[in-house]
Amino acid sequence: MVAQNVVFGILAAVMVISAWKVVTTKNVVRAVLYLVVVLAGAGAQYLLLAQEFIFVVQVIVYIGAIVVLFLFGTMLTRAPIGRDVRLDNDQRWLAALTSLFLLGVLIAVLSNAFGDTHVNATSVQRTADVANSMFGPYLVPFEVVSVLLLAALVGAIAIARRD
Amino acid sequence: MVVADLPYWAATLIKTGVILAVIPAAALTLGYVFLMKTMAHMQSRLGPMEPGGFHGWFQLIGDGIKFIQKEDIIPEQADRAIFAMAPAVVLISTFLLFVVIPAGPDLVAENLQTGVFFALAVSSLSVIGVLMAGWASANKYSLLGGLRAAGQLIAYELPLVLAVVGVVMQAGTLSLQGIVEFQQHGKIFGWGGIGLPLIITQFVGFVLFIAASQAELTQAPFDMPLAESELVAGYTTEYTGFRFLFFYMAETATAFALAAIAATLFLGGWAVPWVHGTVANILGPFILAAKVMVVAFLIYWIRFTYPRFREDQLQAFAWKFLIPISLANILVTAVFKVVF
Repeated sequence: MVAQNVVFGILAAVMVISAWKVVTTKNVVRAVLYLVVVLAGAGAQYLLLAQEFIFVVQVIVYIGAIVVLFLFGTMLTRAPIGRDVRLDNDQRWLAALTSLFLLGVLIAVLSNAFGDTHVNATSVQRTADVANSMFGPYLVPFEVVSVLLLAALVGAIAIARRD
Repeated sequence: MVVADLPYWAATLIKTGVILAVIPAAALTLGYVFLMKTMAHMQSRLGPMEPGGFHGWFQLIGDGIKFIQKEDIIPEQADRAIFAMAPAVVLISTFLLFVVIPAGPDLVAENLQTGVFFALAVSSLSVIGVLMAGWASANKYSLLGGLRAAGQLIAYELPLVLAVVGVVMQAGTLSLQGIVEFQQHGKIFGWGGIGLPLIITQFVGFVLFIAASQAELTQAPFDMPLAESELVAGYTTEYTGFRFLFFYMAETATAFALAAIAATLFLGGWAVPWVHGTVANILGPFILAAKVMVVAFLIYWIRFTYPRFREDQLQAFAWKFLIPISLANILVTAVFKVVF
């Protein structure tokens, strides 16, 4: 248990520092690469909670697909090496306010939902259980979400098409 | 198993050490057998057959010496930190692939429940290393090569994953050990003589997997990212010496890992039906290696034989041909799974 807490602390520190660097670094590609560290840290936290399936999904969806798309997009448009002066804007205070608000909401929701509940770290959620609940009780919501994604996809194509 | 009795840190250290030893061994084996000897025979390249006398055995060692004594050059305009990190990121992706490949009933670094899913996820990490290399080199050919590689790897990730789905549905598990056991104990119409290698029922999946992994490895006929007639050497243009060697080793070792995964998914992995227990732990690695060499021969045979695709042909091949077929394969497998 102690070892897990130590690892959690190290991962959390790395994630916080990297997240800070994402918004302060002067280079847009470096910002995306710091984001990779944050997302990988979140994946490692899932692994620490013995949630293997969520960890793999985190890696394949966020790092393998979304971040690659970010990198692809920035490199296709404008990604100079070195310092980039045009990365900042005058909405710092608004951003800070929004972040604080989000933090407050998350703390309220999480403490309301779990409170003092201790999650048993040895209760490994088997991948088969995830599959059973996804294709059992949650089948309809799962399919609705995929239809929603399909709608978003069609919408994106409709917007991107010129003719 | 002895390793299981050790404390966690010692077991992890031993597993890491074994994988770190396996990666160069795998890369050298494939490099020597296929990239040098098979290629020399197939394309009548006589150079690699000369050094050292008998069958050119010294060629590999000579190449190694050449790479190590080269000067380590970093372009002046490059982003030094990211330039230096990129080969390591690619190699980490390869390292993680080897974590889940089983070579015997107990010979696997980590027998994850999500085995094959994990392997597919970590194999997509190499794209980030490739993009880092292409961007940090401060060279337009490198950047174009990196972007081509990323577009190609994203496109062929899908048929690779979808080709595996048929196997997973039939075996009913994501675990690579589970898939091996399913094939070992499977029966063909009640006859269990050779188990049930899934290549028999999932032949379409096997072909799709080989085609997609060929593209994932950015090998001919899918080697647009490195097309030397257009992009010098793509994202590896500015890399010299041991940094280039890292990319080369990662590519060849990944070829070995993907061939091992294909052998595990479709050819029964370390298992043959009449080998069980402790004997399987000893013979397993050799059986797996033999099957890997068969699959790798297929991969390299295609590489040495076919000319390069054009960029639009390459994308059309993935989106209009491989993905629809793999979806149809899933549909047919699902129907058979429900009916039988």
